[in-house]
Formats: sequence, C-alpha cells, structure tokens
Amino acid sequence: MRKIISILVRNHPGVLSHVAGLFTRRAYNIESIAAGETENPDVTRITITVSGDEVIFEQVTKQLRKLIDVIRVRDLKYAESITRELVLLTIYAGMEKRQEVIMIANAFGASVVDIAERTITLEFVGNQRKIDTILHALEAFKIKELARTGIVALPLESQIEQHETML
Amino acid sequence: MTSTKKTGAQIIIQSLIDAGVEHIFGFPGGAVIPIYDVLYDAPLKHILTRHEQGAVHAADGYARATGRVGVCLATSGPGATNLVTGLSTAHMDSVPLVAITGQVPVAMIGNDSFQEADIYGITIPVTKYNYLVKHIEDLQRVIKEAFYIAQTGRPGPVLVDIPKDIQTAKVRPKKIGPVHLPGYLSLGKGHPKQIKAILQAIKNAHRPVIYAGGGIVTSGASEELRKFIQKTQIPVTTTLMGKGVYPENKPLALGMLGMHGTKYANYAIYESDLIIAMGVRFDDRVVGNLAQFAPMAKIIHMDIDPAEIGKRMAVDIPIVGDLKTILCLINQKIQIQVRKSWIKQVEKLKQENPLIFEETGSLKPQFIIKTLSEITKGEIIITTDVGQHQMWTALYYHTTEPRRFISSGGAGTMGYGFPAAIGATVGRPDMPVVAITGDGSFQMCIQELATARTYNLPVKIFILNNGYLGMVRQWQELFYDRRYSFTNLEFNPDFCKVAEGYEIPSIRVTEAKEVRDAIDKALNIDGPVLVDFYIDKEENVIPMIPPGGGQTGFIGEGETYA
Ligand SMILES: Cc1ncc(C[n+]2csc(CCOP(=O)(O)OP(=O)(O)O)c2C)c(N)n1
Ligand SMILES: [Mg+2]
Repeated sequence: MRKIISILVRNHPGVLSHVAGLFTRRAYNIESIAAGETENPDVTRITITVSGDEVIFEQVTKQLRKLIDVIRVRDLKYAESITRELVLLTIYAGMEKRQEVIMIANAFGASVVDIAERTITLEFVGNQRKIDTILHALEAFKIKELARTGIVALPLESQIEQHETML
Repeated sequence: MTSTKKTGAQIIIQSLIDAGVEHIFGFPGGAVIPIYDVLYDAPLKHILTRHEQGAVHAADGYARATGRVGVCLATSGPGATNLVTGLSTAHMDSVPLVAITGQVPVAMIGNDSFQEADIYGITIPVTKYNYLVKHIEDLQRVIKEAFYIAQTGRPGPVLVDIPKDIQTAKVRPKKIGPVHLPGYLSLGKGHPKQIKAILQAIKNAHRPVIYAGGGIVTSGASEELRKFIQKTQIPVTTTLMGKGVYPENKPLALGMLGMHGTKYANYAIYESDLIIAMGVRFDDRVVGNLAQFAPMAKIIHMDIDPAEIGKRMAVDIPIVGDLKTILCLINQKIQIQVRKSWIKQVEKLKQENPLIFEETGSLKPQFIIKTLSEITKGEIIITTDVGQHQMWTALYYHTTEPRRFISSGGAGTMGYGFPAAIGATVGRPDMPVVAITGDGSFQMCIQELATARTYNLPVKIFILNNGYLGMVRQWQELFYDRRYSFTNLEFNPDFCKVAEGYEIPSIRVTEAKEVRDAIDKALNIDGPVLVDFYIDKEENVIPMIPPGGGQTGFIGEGETYA
C-alpha cells in the first residue's frame, strides 16, 4: 500500500536529516520525498510517499509527530487530496520520430521544452495516474534521462473531511 | 543578566546555571578551552573523568539517581564521538541528558579540519534532539530549549554542538521568553473515555497483573502506583527499568518478568486475564513471543509516548498521557477490591517456583547479591554493568524505592555501571552506592577509578569475577554446543592490585563465609572500595526463556507448564 504524508516542519538546515534519518533508523521505505517552503518562510512542507501496511504507516506518522521539528503531520488520502508531480523526460527521437512524439505529447498535455538532434525533452505535470499513462504511451522510445520531483499534495478543501489521524 | 557583552562561553555557563545545573561531567580539549576557561571559576562543580564515555555515563547515572538533567561536556572530534555510546544508552532508556560538545570554528566546518567530526549528523539517531549552533544570538535560546526538551514528555538526551568561534564571540545577552516549539508536546492527559474503559476492565478482571516499567519512574508515579495496588490488590511485576517502583519484598511483588524474569512473574502473566501495562514497551527481552504473551488477557497499555502504543503489541485499551496523572485519575475513581482466590493462586505460583540456586561449596553470585540485599534492606542505590551479574542483581536484589536500581536496559552497555555509580554518588551523596560489575564490563571503564579516587567518591565496586564474558558464554553453552569462542578472559589483571595502584582499598572474597563481613566492611569504609568476588566460573542465570520463546518456555523444563 502506498500513502502520502504531508508534514509541516520548522525550516532549518538539519530538518531534512532528522526526517530522512527517522526513515533509515526505523527501516521504513520512502518512495518519494519533496520539500519546499510554504507561505510562511519559517515553515517547510515535506510531502512523503511511503509504502507499507497499515501498522507501519501508523508507526511512521506517530514517529514523525515525535520529531521536535515537526509541527504537523497529515495523512493525505488519495481520494481527498490533490496530488501533482512534475516530470522532465529526455527521449531518443531523431527527425523521423519527432512528429510522433509531439503528437503523443499534445494528446496528453505534455509540453516540449527542448529539441536536439537526436533527442526531445518533454515536461509534464499531473497526478500519478496521468504520469503513468504518459510514460506508458512513450514506452516505445528509449529514455535518455528522467527526472521526477516526487509528489506534492494538498487536501481538497471541497472535500471537507480531512482525516487527521487521531492520537 | 546585565547588558554588557558576554562571550559565548560565558553565556553557556550562565545558561547552565540558569537551568539549575550544579554538576557537570566532562573532559577538556582544544575546541572547548573557552568553556573550560569560564568553568575555572564558575559556581558549578565540574567532575573531570578519565574518558568522555565515563563522563556521559556518569551524567546518565546522576540523572537516573536524582531525576534531574545530567550534563556532560566534551571537545570536538574524538571527544564528541566518545559520547556516542553513552548518548545511545541514555536514549534507549529515556534518560534526560544535555551533552555539550565543542566544534571547529563555523568557517572551518566541512573542510575535514583538525578534530572535526559531524557529531550533529552522527547523533541524530541516538538523541531526542540535537543542535549545531551557528549564530551566537541563538545560544541562549538553544540551551534553554535543550534542557526543556531533555526533561519534558518522554525524556531523552539532547546534544548541543558549539563551534569554538561561537564560544569566543561576544553578544549582549537578552532576556529570553518561554520555550516556543510549535507541535512539540501535544500530550494526552489520559482520555476520560479510556479511563472509564480501564476502570470497567479492572472491575471485570479476575486475574489482573500489573506490568510496570521505567515510565513509572520517569513520571514520578511510584506513589500513585502503590496507592493503586493497595486499593486493587493487583500483583505487580516490573521490567529491569521499573525495579523499585513497588517494594520488591512485598507479597504482591512478583519481581522481574521476561527472559530472565522469575518463573512466577511469567506464569502469572500467562494465567492473567488482564494485563495493565504501565510505562513499558513490550521489549523483546520481556516478551519473546508476542503471540504467547498473556494469551487469555485483555491488555491495557498506558504510556506518555503515543508511538509506543501498538508498536510491538496490539492492545485492547490504550491510554496516552503522563502516568502519574492517569493513575491519579484512576485512583480517585477506583473502588477497593478483594481478590482472594487470585492472590492465593499467585502465592502458590511463588511458593512452587521459587528462585533457587545450588548452595554448594563454591562462591555463588546469587548468594552475594542476596546477602547484599539483606544487609542493605534493598534501600541503597545499586548500579550494574551488563551481563550475568546484572541479571543476578535484578533477580536477587530486592529494590524498595524507584531510582535506586540503575542499569543499562535498552542498550545493554557494558562499561556503564561504574561511571554511572560515580554520577549517582555525586547526585546523591547522602546514599550509599554500590556498582555491581563483571570482570569484563569493569575493564571497559576501569580508568574511572582515578575519578573515584580524585574526588574521594564513596562508590563501592563489587566485581562478580568469573573470568568469563559470562552471559555470552552462557549462550554459547546453551545454544552453541559449549564452543566458548573468545569468551574466556584468559588473562585478567589482579583487580585488587589495580585498585592499589589507584590508592583505593580493596577486599578479595573467595568463600561464602567471607561475604557478609566483606560487604559490611566495604559499606563502612569512607570513600571508594573495590571488592573482588571470585565466583563460580560457570554459574548460569536461571530461569531463562530462550530468545523468541513464550512466557512459560523455560530452558531445561520443556513446555511442561500449562
Ligand atoms: C559494549 C558491549 N559489548 C559487548 C556486549 C555483549 N555482551 C553482553 S554481556 C557480555 C559479557 C559481560 O561480561 P562480564 O562483564 O564479565 O559479565 P558476566 O556476564 O560475566 O557477569 C557481553 C560481551 C555488550 N553488552 N556491550
Ligand atoms: Mg564475567
């Protein structure tokens, strides 16, 4: 099972070490981690995608809450949150294949950000499903390089229920 | 504070004084000379140990004996890394410490400078929190926070790493406000709904058992626990960390449970229909096999740390909060109970499965500890090292008050016991302190004999000398076909001669009939004493449940109990 945890932490140089260190020490698996400032420069939001069962997940959130730098931990349910990831993808596509790639990109709302003699670089943003779909559609092309930001997420305010884990 | 400028070092020492610190255990070096310069005539007592590990364990023993924050000080690089084992030891047992380390100047950090070590990075997993101070303006706040964090909630060690140029820079001290840490300590006080559920469960229970641990000590909840037991007549077993929360010589006390616990404690757990776990963590040395732990029982788990709930054991009624507060609430509401048949059954378990050892001609460690327990009535402070001697002490010494049995439980750190005893005597000069150690463990911090001598600290060192790394040898005997691979300490120094070198009086005991006199004599000598007990070399710690075993699966008995 995969879960998204959104945590607000005090913004200082050691905070990422403390958070990442917790995952190493307790042997939890991080699938992705994305960090950036919030509207308050003293506060950073870290969005972590973890995999594991319900018991592990509960431990992760509890242990995260214990970290001194952590201000707030939120379990973001997929259905009640908006999730986005940015992908940069460079694929091998010479002259003859360019049109095909551009067509696929257009169909999925990806944009072309660079074209070189033998490669094309695409940029696309979306939730996991959308990203998986685009990557699938481009499977025929050999990837030169791929960079993903990791998932960022916020609760969908329109879905009033924000499941805060208790305790 | 006045508004004249002060150096960082002056601010550090003033902040310690403001935090109520009276004693610091430390060892100097280049990166802390400015701090030591201020210490030279500060109104603080500094105890110079002979190794940083001695300093941090002493600070830990001081904290456990007094309930106050222990403080240690070390230089950068190797000085700081020598603290790591001690920090981990304190962290595992939730002991409040503040460790201050010197660091190379800010501008030199990251250059592999002389005596640079990333102690901030190194200690993240073994501290409750840590700091690297890069701006002198932060210093006052950081030290104040460090003390606050170390002793609030579930306590733990906090490290503050301070570069040398921060120690020498000058700033005008400010008045600092209360600690502000958003998100920290949103602690439960015991949910009323859960309190109700607990009261109901206790009312319904026929065979309840209390399983109490270090959390009771930390919370200062021993008095409340005693009231609770008096009202409910529920038998109590404790962990190593919980020894003394209830007097172990009372009829309702079952002693320690777990791998080397008493049989009757483990059997009572097995038979129970309600386990009331207080300030414990279902550690694997207590609960080898989770499925076979109290199979017929409902489990109540009280702890200050929500992350302990459900970490290892699925529980029926969790309650999060300060144990003293919770027990106080329960005591207000609970009714007097009588449990004649269960108490009878427990008494029978005790009678039928007593702690026994063969009292043959050779000197038995159990006999020594039992005699010590009798002579002192379980009222002095005992520290232990790690190994067989630790378990014999846990079993045969009947501790009567909390903070009087001091031992490295979670980490199991050999070398802890003697420096911890030094710290305990510094913190409690009014109490006799005996360090029970092994011939192996003692040699891991033996250099602290110099500290005991220098300050004439009345630590009584009792070595249970078996010539072996006994506990490991026992495992090899039982599980590795008696292949004693590197557990025979073929050469040990003559510990009495070593003591003599440090100008510390010593006694050698080789026969049972000398034990009582030796203990009496040692306790009555002013200052440090070493007693070297030549014990039976291959004596084992019994009872024993092999690792991963169920609560009734004692070695040598098969699964006969049912
Ligand atoms: C620092 C450290 N190293 C290794 C161990 C593993 N260990 C546990 S008990 C033990 C034997 C201790 O020997 P001794 O102090 O003589 O005590 P005894 O068991 O003989 O009473 C060892 C080596 C440990 N607990 N701590
Ligand atoms: Mg030994």
